[in-house]
Amino acid sequence: MNYASIDKLTTRAEKNPLEVAEAKENGQKVFGFYCLYSPVEVALAAGGIAVTLCGTRNDPIPAAEKTLPRNLCPLIKSSFGFAIEDTCPYFKAADLIVADSTCDGKKKMFEQMAEIKPLHLMYLPHNQELDVTGPFWEGEVIRFKERVEQECGIEITDDMLREAIQLTNRESAALKGLMDLNQQSPAPISGMKMLEIVFKAGFFADKQESIEHLEAIIDEVGNAPKEKTQQGPRVIISGVPMGLGSHKVCQLIEDAGGVVVAFENCTGYKKTMKVDTDKAPVTALAEKYLATPCSIMSPNPGRIKLLDTMITDFAADAVVDLTWQACHTYNVEAENIRKFVQGEKNMPYLHIETDYSDADTEQLRVRIEAFLEMIG
Amino acid sequence: MRTIHETMGGKNSVGSSDDPSRNSNALFFAGLDIGSTATKAAIIEGTSKEVIAVAETSTGWAPKKAAQKALEEVLSQLASPTAVISRTVATGYGRNMASGADKRVTEISCHALGAKHLVPDAMTVLDIGGQDSKLIALDDHGNVRDFLMNDKCAAGTGRFISNMATALGIDLDEFGVLASSGTPAPISSMCAVFAESEVIGLTASGTSREDLAAGIVMSIAKRLTSLAGRIPLTPNIAFTGGTARNAELANCFSKALNVQLTAPPLAPFAGAIGAALIAAK
Repeated sequence: MNYASIDKLTTRAEKNPLEVAEAKENGQKVFGFYCLYSPVEVALAAGGIAVTLCGTRNDPIPAAEKTLPRNLCPLIKSSFGFAIEDTCPYFKAADLIVADSTCDGKKKMFEQMAEIKPLHLMYLPHNQELDVTGPFWEGEVIRFKERVEQECGIEITDDMLREAIQLTNRESAALKGLMDLNQQSPAPISGMKMLEIVFKAGFFADKQESIEHLEAIIDEVGNAPKEKTQQGPRVIISGVPMGLGSHKVCQLIEDAGGVVVAFENCTGYKKTMKVDTDKAPVTALAEKYLATPCSIMSPNPGRIKLLDTMITDFAADAVVDLTWQACHTYNVEAENIRKFVQGEKNMPYLHIETDYSDADTEQLRVRIEAFLEMIG
Repeated sequence: MRTIHETMGGKNSVGSSDDPSRNSNALFFAGLDIGSTATKAAIIEGTSKEVIAVAETSTGWAPKKAAQKALEEVLSQLASPTAVISRTVATGYGRNMASGADKRVTEISCHALGAKHLVPDAMTVLDIGGQDSKLIALDDHGNVRDFLMNDKCAAGTGRFISNMATALGIDLDEFGVLASSGTPAPISSMCAVFAESEVIGLTASGTSREDLAAGIVMSIAKRLTSLAGRIPLTPNIAFTGGTARNAELANCFSKALNVQLTAPPLAPFAGAIGAALIAAK
């Protein structure tokens, strides 16, 4: 089914690179972000633009492989390839790149990227529970704030942070509202379409505008007459981030008759967490971001909790766990997820390890089709 | 082209007065397994679910033609010239190329059902095909509970065995015989390409072909053992696919894997039989 509000967002998104370039010409500072551990509110509070930087396409990878090892996560190679080829308009426009020391591959790649553009690396502790990690991370948020203040030539006050938090909380709520539409049965939006919406919404120069688009979609789709069509098995894709360009597995699942009702990853549902407005802004930001349940955390209990909730809320029939090749943390963690999904939830589980290329499309197709046949 | 007579050693009812295809009320269902190396066809009778005909031809470069040929051959085995196939299901990597198929199902689901049909108390299926190997855990009805595939690498597949047989200057049947009488010569390469170089090197330094053949089987078994980590080799284990055709080879694998493998006479046709069973549902 076609929804006008969705078409509006996806069409409007095409103008984003121009808008970012224009805003830059008007004196706004552009901050490029890669990861859900980075507090974008700090950049927004300073009057800057926060853009998501790309790493979901296969084309830039050959360029990256000139200086990065081939045996590396495709997301890392793609991000770096865009940077050195100068083919990402957002990277081009960025005054400062914001990075996090999430995994081994990323932190070493960022060393090379820092030679191309000014880059600020936030040092992420790999544990969320010890007494020292919260304060340490808060220190990193403050250090980032100081860097942004330097870049923009202003002081970032608590009130400015609160205002930014209000905006991003609205965005998180809008994204949640959007993704929760697929809790319905049948799910009104295909997984591929949902991926497109969430992906493109991340590139808007003006968050106010993207929020309005998202809210319009929630309104239109939420109030549309419920279709009575039969749908295939409801699948949750869990694991690594994906986007347009690296959507192969989502496409294959839906080609084979399944419907991807939710994404337990940083592209999807992990974007719906809120910042606590009762706490001091810096502390609240540090807490919210440190809680992101990525596999780089050890242990990572948050992921199982989130997946558990999502399986129930989205009435999932199966879980497909996606790992990019050379992503050791998600790859090793897959065993935990398998035990949880098959053992505790008694639900079908398929682990897929792949890269951005099309080379293994047929092999993946057989596995995915067999998996869906298994669910019946 | 092998017929069911040859495969069953003449012990089935095709052509005799018991032949279900003589019964004008019988319904027939066909399964086509278009594999990378060979295309297999099977016909079952709808009520008894008895396998009444099988045929096999090499896929070569034209899977579509191979599919047609296999279907024609298997049909020609039916006693009644007017017997008609009610429904056909295609499987295998070439399943989307079979233009006459009513449905396409993956070889995983088909091998599971076919293996259960041939080995009724099977709980696991081990299939070593031309270019992949599969380990399938079954439930009580022959449905797939879980599966694992090795399809990104030639090591552990039929391709590796046939390459090695060629390198040793023998055919597949001789390979099985040789392997059963040898003591496994250790082959350290994990890669099929490098292993071939290693084998040629070992031949030059005097290692017997028996020991090399046994070593190759052991090499494959090691790869399969790592596959079996997640899907335990729970008895009874049905051994299917082209590799299972050879009794000596099947025995070698049993020994190397340290489990009892049951290789039914119609092992290479498990996929086609499973497809036919799905057609009959």
